[in-house]
Amino acid sequence: MSGTITKVSGPLVVAEGLADANVSDVVRVGERHLIGEILNMTGDTASIQVYEETSGLGPGAEVITTGMPLSVELGPGMLDNIYDGIQRPLPEMRAAAGDLITRGIDVPSLNREKKWDFVPVAKPGDIVSAGDVLGTVQETSAILHKIMVPPGISGEVVSVESGEHTVAEAIAVIRDSRGNEREVPMMQRWPVRIGRPYAKKFVPNRPMNSGQRIIDTMFPIAKGGTAAVPGPFGSGKTVVQHQLAKWSDVDIVVYIGCGERGNEMTDVLMEFPELKDPRNGEPLMKRTVLIANTSDMPVAAREASIYTGITIAEYFRDMGYDVAVLADSTSRWAEALREMSGRLEEMPGEEGYPAYLASRLAQFYERAGCVQCLGSEGRTGSVTAIGAVSPPGGDFSEPVAQATMRIVKVFWALDSALAYARHFPAINWLTSYSLYLDTLRAWYTENFGEKYMNNRARAMHILQEESELQEIVRLVGQDALSGSDRLTMETAKMVREDFLQQNAFVDEDAYSSYAKQFRLMDIVLKYDELCREALAKGADLNKLFVIPVREKIGRAKMADPKAFDEIYDAIEKEMQEEIAQVVAGGEEE
Amino acid sequence: MIKEYKTIKEIVSPLMVVDNVEGVTYDELGEIELPNGDVRRCKVLEVEGSRAVVQLFESAQGINLAGSKVRFLGRPQELAVSEDMLGRVFNGMGMPIDGGPEILAEAHKDINGLPMNPAARAYPAEFIQTGVSTIDGLNTLVRGQKLPIFSCSGLPHAALAAQIARQARVLGDDETFAVVFAAIGITFEESEYFINDFRRTGAIDRTVVFSNLANDPAVERISTPRMALTAAEYLAFEKGMQVLVILTDITNYAEALREISAAKKEVPGRRGYPGYLYTDLATMYERAGRRQGRKGSITMIPILTMPEDDKTHPIPDLTGYITEGQIILSRDLFRKGIIPPVDVLPSLSRLKDKGIGAGKTREDHAGTMNQLFAAYSRGKDAKELMTILGEAALSDDDKLYAQFADEFEKRYVSQGNETNRTIEETLDLGWELLRILPKRELKRIKQEYIDKYMPDEE
Repeated sequence: MSGTITKVSGPLVVAEGLADANVSDVVRVGERHLIGEILNMTGDTASIQVYEETSGLGPGAEVITTGMPLSVELGPGMLDNIYDGIQRPLPEMRAAAGDLITRGIDVPSLNREKKWDFVPVAKPGDIVSAGDVLGTVQETSAILHKIMVPPGISGEVVSVESGEHTVAEAIAVIRDSRGNEREVPMMQRWPVRIGRPYAKKFVPNRPMNSGQRIIDTMFPIAKGGTAAVPGPFGSGKTVVQHQLAKWSDVDIVVYIGCGERGNEMTDVLMEFPELKDPRNGEPLMKRTVLIANTSDMPVAAREASIYTGITIAEYFRDMGYDVAVLADSTSRWAEALREMSGRLEEMPGEEGYPAYLASRLAQFYERAGCVQCLGSEGRTGSVTAIGAVSPPGGDFSEPVAQATMRIVKVFWALDSALAYARHFPAINWLTSYSLYLDTLRAWYTENFGEKYMNNRARAMHILQEESELQEIVRLVGQDALSGSDRLTMETAKMVREDFLQQNAFVDEDAYSSYAKQFRLMDIVLKYDELCREALAKGADLNKLFVIPVREKIGRAKMADPKAFDEIYDAIEKEMQEEIAQVVAGGEEE
Repeated sequence: MIKEYKTIKEIVSPLMVVDNVEGVTYDELGEIELPNGDVRRCKVLEVEGSRAVVQLFESAQGINLAGSKVRFLGRPQELAVSEDMLGRVFNGMGMPIDGGPEILAEAHKDINGLPMNPAARAYPAEFIQTGVSTIDGLNTLVRGQKLPIFSCSGLPHAALAAQIARQARVLGDDETFAVVFAAIGITFEESEYFINDFRRTGAIDRTVVFSNLANDPAVERISTPRMALTAAEYLAFEKGMQVLVILTDITNYAEALREISAAKKEVPGRRGYPGYLYTDLATMYERAGRRQGRKGSITMIPILTMPEDDKTHPIPDLTGYITEGQIILSRDLFRKGIIPPVDVLPSLSRLKDKGIGAGKTREDHAGTMNQLFAAYSRGKDAKELMTILGEAALSDDDKLYAQFADEFEKRYVSQGNETNRTIEETLDLGWELLRILPKRELKRIKQEYIDKYMPDEE
């Protein structure tokens, strides 16, 4: 089925004679077979967004529809790989076409030559349905890839192969209830704009451990939850995203570089193979899928990239894994949407963005979640979606930030003032929030006792008080404060500097376990408590502030992750003694 | 055979509509021949059926609808490149204007370039010594980085850019370097300042200049930086040179883009700039970098003036989201006579961490850098407090910090445009300034480096 181009305007192409094509079909455009997708149909005329540069296309050129919506190939070979926005493998494109991305390169998403060692689980005679595991492939040293019956297929297993196979070869034959036999390969396809099916969705109730103190203790996110990281440029959005990609206790990370810098993707590509997962010692790249559609790559493919990423994430979720999707940045995705909308001459909403911006964003985030997967096993898996937002001028009142805030449950607001003061991660504790605190409370209480969340509440209270006191100090100076208020300011400073600040580039500090976070916070709060008692007994506050142990508290976060318990015990003991001395000294005078 | 059309339907500068065309493709280059023989250039923006919407690169003045002819050339806008471009001056459309001969092209390159495959990039990690302490010491530039200068009207950004172009070198390295300079809508005087400076230092022989001055057609400005980058890519990746690209002024570029967008009646984004400003800027900025297995590199220093000194204006804002940091100049410092007036705290180089340290600059670089930042930040706070509450309100430490901030601006930042400091000199100066502070305050530097570089005096 083919049509003819009548109009070309940037990435938008209009073609007639496509009466049989469907909306959302992938089409091949022009001599070079550029990849495009049908957005709208009027009669036999289709509006097509083309995922590659359209320079050199003109009326009269041919458009061929493939009859299929934009889909990804799912199967072994995705991990440890880097794709563009429409799942073309970048290393193979480089091998085929050189250092630059030329047009019309046709390389399969999954390598058709590579053989994988398939180990069957199902036996002939088994009755299987969608989601049941037919067998497994050890895809990387870190991840066991489960080959599942694709959605829409069920019946009796007639035969199962084992051993070395490529992704396209049949590894099983399934006979359905009507007696039709179907060959099932390891690879399956799924249209990116449709969420993959699952049995049931749950309310997320387990935290995702990120090793970042401000996140885990102050504003935690649940596995299967949604979060946004908004911030102006230079506030460290990308570092936060990288930290999450590195340290999150999930099985799989899908990192989508959506309209961002090329060198940042290179950084991930070079760094992740070197970094070891703190839980199993495997290189982090072995659990990572990268989608890179950098800012200079075609804008339509940028629009598709977040769907490509989340579909891959859902596929791993269906195996029963916990997956994190990190999208950097959703603002660039929204801009791609705006550009296509403008070319389609749609009526613009706020700031030129299309009126459906909010609903598209919501649809994306809603694909996150904690689910019971298809299949008789009853596996559970989760997709956690974390999107960076790059608001113009750092102004959160713009449409993308506002639409995002309405959907996500966790908001880590980055602040340029903190970044200038080199307070990193520059997440502002006063404007950020997490709506998972209530659902996660049970988990924290079960594992660390009620004190964990109580400490958190106390620390937040101190920080809030500090912001109020700062107003006064700015007006009348520090001397006007009461002793108790001065202590609050001092404790708040300790919470900020000794607890919240975390250096992503120092090995001992980059990842903090829950236990370490808990004890560190407890030391700071205990200092506050002891000083308050001492103050009540008339101790000199200035002396309390300079007791020698303070320097040790300042360096406590750098303590060896394996041996911090003893160090912290010693600090606590020293702290008690030194404060007692100050009290005693005061009484003697 | 190339067809000629005498079917110009409409001209609303800078757009033109041509009817009854055949075989015209998107982004194709065209020529308009005026009745008097003048030839102007244009490119296809949109083609629908037999009607082409064309953007003029030059002024529309004198085009007669009935008497002018249009030819479409079947290729996008290209630049003839060759090593002979070094030492030459071109106009914004790539034509020589220095009176010299035409370039004998070794190749013709599409000026829009192609996106670099992220898997083919090499991460920038080689330290470039610019001789400017605020850059080398605190916001280190590395080879292949794009580091813009955010300036304001009336500040000496040209002097700083020229100083960098003059002094920049990679330590222990004698590879061939080249400068590509694109003047985008700036004044003759500013452009001459750069060219004279290149001439004075002899760099002119290794420089390619593309010049679109303020009185040249604004639409040409869309092509000028792309011409420059095409030349730079050729020199860097095909001839193995280390190329420094200076683009000035990006604000003029963005305004030209807005002008064309408005003519096309596109839905405007913020402040009337087109919604695709980010993507458009990115396709230029992202052409900087290094490629695996290639010797050359493109390091880019775009200069832009922030309208109303406002960093959140779309042009600096979107630039900051694409580039790897920014050097911000401050009017306050300039008024105090500090040259170059680099505002250290909001300036940033995102790639510095990979370019500094033992073997690259010196082992103590990272620690002293953080300490200087933190100390200057605290010193400035202390000074602010002092202006409100008086010196008596400061603690003893804060008084030292305030003193540090003053000295830091006077000695570290204000080095003038002729001083070329080595990285050792910059780092040693940092230590000297840190001596103002009590040693116990130096929490961000490892003890061993304090012992080594700041031995006790007694």
